[in-house]
Amino acid sequence: MSAVYVWIETFQGRAQPGSWEALGAASKLGLPVVALVFGKDASAIAQEAARYGAERCLVSEDATLESYRLEPYAALLSKLVQDNRPRLVLASATLRGRELLAASAADTNCALLSDVMTFEVNDGTVTATRAAYAGKVLSDVEATGETVFLTLRGRAFKAQAANEAASAQIETVEPVLAEAKIATKIEGFEAEAGGVNLSDAAIIVSGGRGMANNPKPAPPDAADAAVWKAQDGFKNTLQPLADVLGGAVGASRAAVDAGYISYAHQVGQTGKTVSPELYIACGISGAIQHQAGMRSSRIIVAINKDADAPIFKIARYGLVGDLYEIVPALTAELKRRLGK
Amino acid sequence: MHIVVFTRSTPDTAAKVEVDAGGAVTWGDAATVVNPWDEYALEEAIVQAKNAGGKTTVIAVGPEMHNDALKHGLAMGMDSAMRVWEDGLTETDSLTYATIAAAAVQKLGDVSLVIFGRESVDVGTDQHVYQTARKLGWPMLSFVSKIRAVDHAAGTITVERLLEEGKEVVTSRLPAVISVVKDINEPRYPSFIGIRKASKAEIPVLTSADLGVTLPAATTRVVAYRNLPARETQVEMITGTPEEQARILVDRLQEENVL
Ligand SMILES: Cc1cc2nc3c(=O)[nH]c(=O)nc-3n(C[C@H](O)[C@H](O)[C@H](O)COP(=O)(O)OP(=O)(O)OC[C@H]3O[C@@H](n4cnc5c(N)ncnc54)[C@H](O)[C@@H]3O)c2cc1C
Ligand SMILES: Nc1ncnc2c1ncn2[C@@H]1O[C@H](COP(=O)(O)O)[C@@H](O)[C@H]1O
Repeated sequence: MSAVYVWIETFQGRAQPGSWEALGAASKLGLPVVALVFGKDASAIAQEAARYGAERCLVSEDATLESYRLEPYAALLSKLVQDNRPRLVLASATLRGRELLAASAADTNCALLSDVMTFEVNDGTVTATRAAYAGKVLSDVEATGETVFLTLRGRAFKAQAANEAASAQIETVEPVLAEAKIATKIEGFEAEAGGVNLSDAAIIVSGGRGMANNPKPAPPDAADAAVWKAQDGFKNTLQPLADVLGGAVGASRAAVDAGYISYAHQVGQTGKTVSPELYIACGISGAIQHQAGMRSSRIIVAINKDADAPIFKIARYGLVGDLYEIVPALTAELKRRLGK
Repeated sequence: MHIVVFTRSTPDTAAKVEVDAGGAVTWGDAATVVNPWDEYALEEAIVQAKNAGGKTTVIAVGPEMHNDALKHGLAMGMDSAMRVWEDGLTETDSLTYATIAAAAVQKLGDVSLVIFGRESVDVGTDQHVYQTARKLGWPMLSFVSKIRAVDHAAGTITVERLLEEGKEVVTSRLPAVISVVKDINEPRYPSFIGIRKASKAEIPVLTSADLGVTLPAATTRVVAYRNLPARETQVEMITGTPEEQARILVDRLQEENVL
């Protein structure tokens, strides 16, 4: 019986949680589930994959695979696919997951359906639903062929509860490319302060242009008072709310373009598409391009001083008022209730 | 140095996009614009070619609507444009796209850098880029936020990539394919003269036969487009002092089991 391959994405020796969602989706299909783990600490991560549903693991800890690079990873994945012809190859639709599976599907001339929200495996076809036109419409797509590659939208599929007793058969695989054959070399890496991983976050607290209306006076030496106020607001008003909720901080493009916060935080049509359980929009009007990135969130809360702001049309809960009064009150209330 | 940019036309991002009774996607009489991500790619090509004393070509794969994006590229200052298309192709199959896009680059012969936008805001597959790189057999650097150096003597390019966890610096051999994000530059507005020149340009259309490539059979297809299920949100407005608003909202969120 042909297998389902699941690429387990890792970064600095840790698995990306979306990979467990992909294993969860794979485990429902009634086919053998094989996890592919490459890179630093792959063997330890393979043990973890077993707890989330992998029956077999193919691992490689070779130095050429230490941290993710497209060429050596794609070469190895493509060889494994060519040699063993799995029915499906799955990964979470992260930046790396989308890149790697697209590359390998091209190498092996197989069909690829990206960022799918649901899928079904039939006799000769795989069908799936994905968002199109920046989430303004849905498309039903179909793929044919012996092997089909799919990337899965984050949080659209459920991971299984970890089974501490489970174990998998672990096999080592050899890399395909020697270092001398790899055209790219990583020269350095600078982590983003605080780290932003919007795609994985279950709760997102976002700020918009309204962040500039911080009542706190800017210091006289601030280059631009509005920018200083907004930056202070992101750091000292929004971040504490995100922290008490265990969430991440997002932003509108207006906030990013004005220099209030870095682009990595931008949500929307030209930023990240997110679908957390809870999205709290603070001082964001809800332009169509912003909605494109967050409208599939389960619960949307809007905090805006303008009762006519379009964001209220897609919100579940609306709070009209000054975010600089409501957000601190909300943070305090949550601290009290969640006992923090 | 010859730099190629791939681009496409997309409906204006503010357009209301929906599926009509016949199942087709429509955006009323809203304009089509150059895919917003690709403006950064076009700008970077123009700047890099100027620095290195090179030339630039902009290519679209698809039917005539994509001429709009090509003309925008010309108006910004790209040297030449080309459209690749033939009847009977499906625009949505990425293996077909990658095969023909790679063939167009090979046909030009002397290309050392291919620049893509990060993704297309309409179909948004984010897969054309990588598949074209693989069909060319060239290294791929995605999400580039800065080109630090192009070393012609050594035949290398060094870039900064913007990843979820931070910034990575990578050096690659040329020729290479890159995709760029909006941090990389500030795209210029086309000049009046540029627009006039572009509007008169004759854009050649090449077929797979012209490019000497055999296209694979499509392995994917769009079965149907559907409108989103209506969000059955009845917004509940929470009023009172900020403290009262906070208390009621936390009650609701606890009832909803999200905390
Ligand atoms: C090609 C293209 C792509 C785009 N992509 C994106 C994208 O990816 N993401 C994105 O977000 N936008 C995008 N936009 C921009 C979008 O059209 C809007 O301009 C942007 O989303 C507006 O951001 P905003 O809501 O923060 O600002 P505004 O529209 O100015 O809204 C600010 C809001 O804050 C409220 N406010 C002010 N002060 C307070 C206060 N003290 N308390 C409470 N509320 C307050 C105001 O009432 C107002 O509603 C794009 C636009 C284009 C043309
Ligand atoms: N039909 C097309 N013709 C030329 N370039 C395209 C086309 N579609 C997408 N691209 C390029 O590929 C990038 C990524 O698109 P996508 O893979 O569709 O998300 C875009 O930013 C463009 O640079």
